[in-house]
Amino acid sequence: MFKYVKQLTSLVAMVAVLFTFTTETMAAKKSKTLKNTIKKGFVMCGVSQGLAGFSNVDAAGNWEGVDVDICRAVAAAVLGDSNKVKFTGLSAKERFTALNAGQVDVLARNTTWTLTRDADLNLTFVGVNFYDGQGFMVRKDSGMKSTDDFKSGMAVCTNIGTTTELNLADFMAAKGLEYKLVGFEKADEARDTYGAGRCDAYTTDKSGLAAQRTVLANPDDHVILPETISKEPLGPVVRQGDSVWEDIVRWSLNVMIEAEEYGVTSANADMMKTSKNPTVLKIVGVEGGMGEKLGLDNDWSLRIIKQVGNYGESYKRNIQDTGILPGGRGPNALWTNGGILYVPPLR
Amino acid sequence: MKKVFPQLLTLILIFLIIGFFTFNANVNMSNRGMEFGYSFLKRAASFDIQFSLIEYSRESTYARAYLVGLLNTLLVAFSGIIFATFLGLIFGIARLSPNFLISRFAGFYVEFFRNLPLLLQLFFWYYAALRVLPLPHETEGFNNFYLTIKSLYTPSLVWQNLNIFLYLLIFSILLVFILKNYLKKIQEKEGRQYPVIYISIFILIVIPSLSLISGISSFEVEYPVYKQLSKTSGTFIGGLAIPPEFISLFLALSLYTGTFIAENVRAGIEGINKGQKEAAASIGLNRKQILNLVVLPQALRIIIPPTTNQYLNLTKNSSLAAAIAYPDVVLVFAGTALMQTGRAIEIVSITMFTYLSISLSISIFMNYYNKKFSLTEK
Repeated sequence: MFKYVKQLTSLVAMVAVLFTFTTETMAAKKSKTLKNTIKKGFVMCGVSQGLAGFSNVDAAGNWEGVDVDICRAVAAAVLGDSNKVKFTGLSAKERFTALNAGQVDVLARNTTWTLTRDADLNLTFVGVNFYDGQGFMVRKDSGMKSTDDFKSGMAVCTNIGTTTELNLADFMAAKGLEYKLVGFEKADEARDTYGAGRCDAYTTDKSGLAAQRTVLANPDDHVILPETISKEPLGPVVRQGDSVWEDIVRWSLNVMIEAEEYGVTSANADMMKTSKNPTVLKIVGVEGGMGEKLGLDNDWSLRIIKQVGNYGESYKRNIQDTGILPGGRGPNALWTNGGILYVPPLR
Repeated sequence: MKKVFPQLLTLILIFLIIGFFTFNANVNMSNRGMEFGYSFLKRAASFDIQFSLIEYSRESTYARAYLVGLLNTLLVAFSGIIFATFLGLIFGIARLSPNFLISRFAGFYVEFFRNLPLLLQLFFWYYAALRVLPLPHETEGFNNFYLTIKSLYTPSLVWQNLNIFLYLLIFSILLVFILKNYLKKIQEKEGRQYPVIYISIFILIVIPSLSLISGISSFEVEYPVYKQLSKTSGTFIGGLAIPPEFISLFLALSLYTGTFIAENVRAGIEGINKGQKEAAASIGLNRKQILNLVVLPQALRIIIPPTTNQYLNLTKNSSLAAAIAYPDVVLVFAGTALMQTGRAIEIVSITMFTYLSISLSISIFMNYYNKKFSLTEK
């Protein structure tokens, strides 16, 4: 009797393995990107050329940031190892071309989700991993307290080719102000030119302002004005037309947020396997077979949480502990904590 | 007739190569669901440009933004070429000066600016030299000229009926050309000489100023006036504001290219046999005539072809503007517009065609000029 049990279990295991294998190949067959990623053994990820908190190279030469963590999560889900990522630093100008040309398969480069980009550039935004908004930085001794103190004739430094430039044009037109746009392709050139006094204000996303302020010669000489003049939902992007890959990236992000909501962290993920909460069990891959539905194995989400952490851990590590936005999380808090971070259920 | 076959083969080969790339781009674009087309040019650009020679606002189209960039490129290229030629002439001649100090100074200029990378020079002017300028509220100015970190503010002329003045100017230029040819014919027929230059200058000044004297056209000088923007910053309103981005690009391009032109000029002058001057002197030509009739026509033959290259280089190098935020065609169109629309192939093709057209135009003009001075065998 015991003999048969052993054989039976091995048979079940074999069938299970075969089943996983076939579903995986079926998904891989449907998705060129997934197939290529598995074949190559790494996820090709497009990030910025250095924006603290989002995608930046640390002293040891490793990429870090909330955008970087998205790619690491995808690698953990698809390849089982969050380090199997090839990062490509892209300028604002190169990013969409690089994605469309297949140079990268995921673009996690603090990119704002807009209709034009979604529809006209043949891209698909899979979600939002950071809610940002554009603001202004001015010199403290200028006495400017808000954008109401802006006057016609001022010069504004910024980086071009992004939504920033368009928001600025709209904002100034709405205020009826004439201004001089001093636009650079690189953010650090714009920041230094503002720092030298060429411009009266520097504008970019507020998280970017906070990061750039720390790099200016005397950070305390500059203040960020309270107004937010635009919505900047930043999120990862994939090419249009590969819905399997799109789902994998979307749910790699969603599961990180879901894990935070249900208190699953990199430290307690294994213990959570014995939880009584069905949603938690789905998050750690014990129940529901969520991985299979995505064409992956069921441990995909557990690996993401153990290797990368949940969204809150990633945010704390990259945004809060680095001193970029040390305070509260604002809109990037969970909906249960007064923020707007709300993802569809893992069901 | 024998050579028709290889010609045909080459032609077919070229068409095949172009065809391959077009086909390749087409297939790959349609694979990715991208469409090819220039209709985006009619859409509103919705971004601002800091410096424009024509009317432009965020409601203008991408085509208009392209035009703004193109004109900015032409402006810096044209003014750069003029100043580089001026520098080249001065320092080329100065290098041959018997005065030790002058020739060494010219030599230093040439060797120094020729041997540093242009981009580095551009960075020097923009990020170093023009960064130490005072803020607008810190400067006293000089005769209503204010050189600040924000811009060079100068008085400007505000015209009434400028077009009539310009028509008269064009008319007088045409008149000078006709007169010059007519007087030349008289000289060839009767041997009499007229002071063509003085007559020309007279015509060029008197005829256009008729419109001013009669009061049809008039101008007023507008001075820049200081305006406080906040407690510690200000700007100047009115007059003309020349942004530091333009100044740095203009200086870097003309100082760099000027060195090469100076060497061309030196080569041209040194290329004339001493015997030529002596022979000219021996038939009784005075110094001015020797220079104008013997030395310069021959020297120009040596100077013009390589100088054409330098003009082309300067124009193409002006695309470095993108590094210092001067809104030229590369920054505005192949930069901002490309990033906003994502139409890489269309925009890059237009930009390439633009530079090709500018360069070929310069070439055609300089070849025409060269032909005028080349040896005509009878």
